[in-house]
Amino acid sequence: MIEAMFHYEFLRNAFFAGVLIGFVAPLLGVFIVVRRLSLIADALSHVTLAGIAASLLLEKKIGTFAGWNPLYMGMGFSVAGSLFIEKLRGVYKHYQELAIPIILSGGIGLSVIFISLADGFNTDLFSYLFGSVSAVSRQDVWVIFGIACTVVVALGLLYKELFLLSFDEEYAVASGIRAKAIHFVFIVLVALVIAASMRIVGILLVSSLMTLPVAASIRIGKGFKQAIVYSVLLGELAVIAGLFMSYELDLAPGGTIVMLSVFILLIAILWKKWRRR
Amino acid sequence: MKTEEVLKVEHVSFRYEKENVLEDVTFSVPKGAFVGLVGPNGSGKSTLLKCILGLLKPQQGNIYLFGTPISEFKEWHRVGFVSQKANSFNTGFPATVYEVVASGLTAKLGLFRFLTSKEKQAVMEAIDAVGMGEFRQQNIGELSGGQQQRVFIARAIVSKPELLILDEPTVGVDVHHVQNFYNMLDELNRLGITLLLVTHDIGTITEKVTHVACLNKHLYFHGKADEFAQLKDHDLSKFYGHHLHVLSHQH
Repeated sequence: MIEAMFHYEFLRNAFFAGVLIGFVAPLLGVFIVVRRLSLIADALSHVTLAGIAASLLLEKKIGTFAGWNPLYMGMGFSVAGSLFIEKLRGVYKHYQELAIPIILSGGIGLSVIFISLADGFNTDLFSYLFGSVSAVSRQDVWVIFGIACTVVVALGLLYKELFLLSFDEEYAVASGIRAKAIHFVFIVLVALVIAASMRIVGILLVSSLMTLPVAASIRIGKGFKQAIVYSVLLGELAVIAGLFMSYELDLAPGGTIVMLSVFILLIAILWKKWRRR
Repeated sequence: MKTEEVLKVEHVSFRYEKENVLEDVTFSVPKGAFVGLVGPNGSGKSTLLKCILGLLKPQQGNIYLFGTPISEFKEWHRVGFVSQKANSFNTGFPATVYEVVASGLTAKLGLFRFLTSKEKQAVMEAIDAVGMGEFRQQNIGELSGGQQQRVFIARAIVSKPELLILDEPTVGVDVHHVQNFYNMLDELNRLGITLLLVTHDIGTITEKVTHVACLNKHLYFHGKADEFAQLKDHDLSKFYGHHLHVLSHQH
């Protein structure tokens, strides 16, 4: 694949996009997992699909959005979905997890309607569902790069507030931390990373990249910073090795990356058990 | 000379929907005091604390921290807080003792600021002050209940607060560690930190504190601990709503 990368731009694009996503998805994933919000990624990915389907529908039926990257509308839907989730969590204070199935089913319902209105798409909707190496354009790489920079800077600046909010929300609020505003920024970052990740792993598998490396890292790491470092390293390992394997063995990249992540997680669990004996 | 008041609660009333939880509560905490806020379960102690910490807004009355109305109070680093829920946190959370204690500086540092070497030193000192130096790099979930409580005290004192509020801090801590815990609070009080300790355990608290405030929706007593000790059992029974005989704990 390394040799082919020098010849084919799409492979270089996939590689760079993969490296960026392999970094930011687990980085953000650590905060998602410890705050017990793992399913939010799933809900938002389905909303993102609705955005992409809407964009493709408009392109097909009206032509207004011809040449537009469907990623933009996916991102818009994802951010809107994240705001709805926050609103619903406020409405159902005692059943906050209800917000996730509501948004998830709403997202998939909208997607199905848009797809049926378009009488099916001749474009690569399949690649959005399960990820594709060939689907990543240079423009996608730049968009993903912009999102990755935003996430890294925001997490760096808000690290201590996010840590405290994740560990002990009541204490954070009592300390005068502006919990609502910080949570809002956080959830918007999650929405952006989900939209960015789908090119490589696909909508249906995007949450795995945010949770599986983290699940492995909290088994083997000590402390929060170590959990972040291990999550990013394991995420990168899964993405890079997954891309190489999918190219060499002609497999779907999303599925290969996810199965490698599962394999790494199993090794981490077994290693921890072996250490305890 | 008038004693400086760290906390002043003035005619505070609070109700959840139609249920009155606090009715016209007035008391103050002088600087350097160790105040025990006692009352039976459901007496409104935790609600009053939430009002003092600005988490709930009372329907009536005023609360002042260091002479400033709570709605205008911004220097939250001057107030340390150990929650009742502190030892019911997610024990699987991947955080070391150092990281948890350092998080106590978040409000003091403010947005977009990082720990300097001076603040890192303060974290080390707070951990050492509660005798947890050797566990610095250990995950907090791997510690015993008593050790975890010490870590939460360290987190509360790392910003060098002038007032430390503790809500039922010994719940879930084994008897052996409770005595050590109170000794540590005495030490903090001697160092000049004003303490407000909330508990339902009258027997233990009266021996440890300088002042007592008894709450059961209304404030039934507010004064020095030795005056409280003069109260007869039947006075306390009226306050608790059932027969009561106070036993002093001998650990």
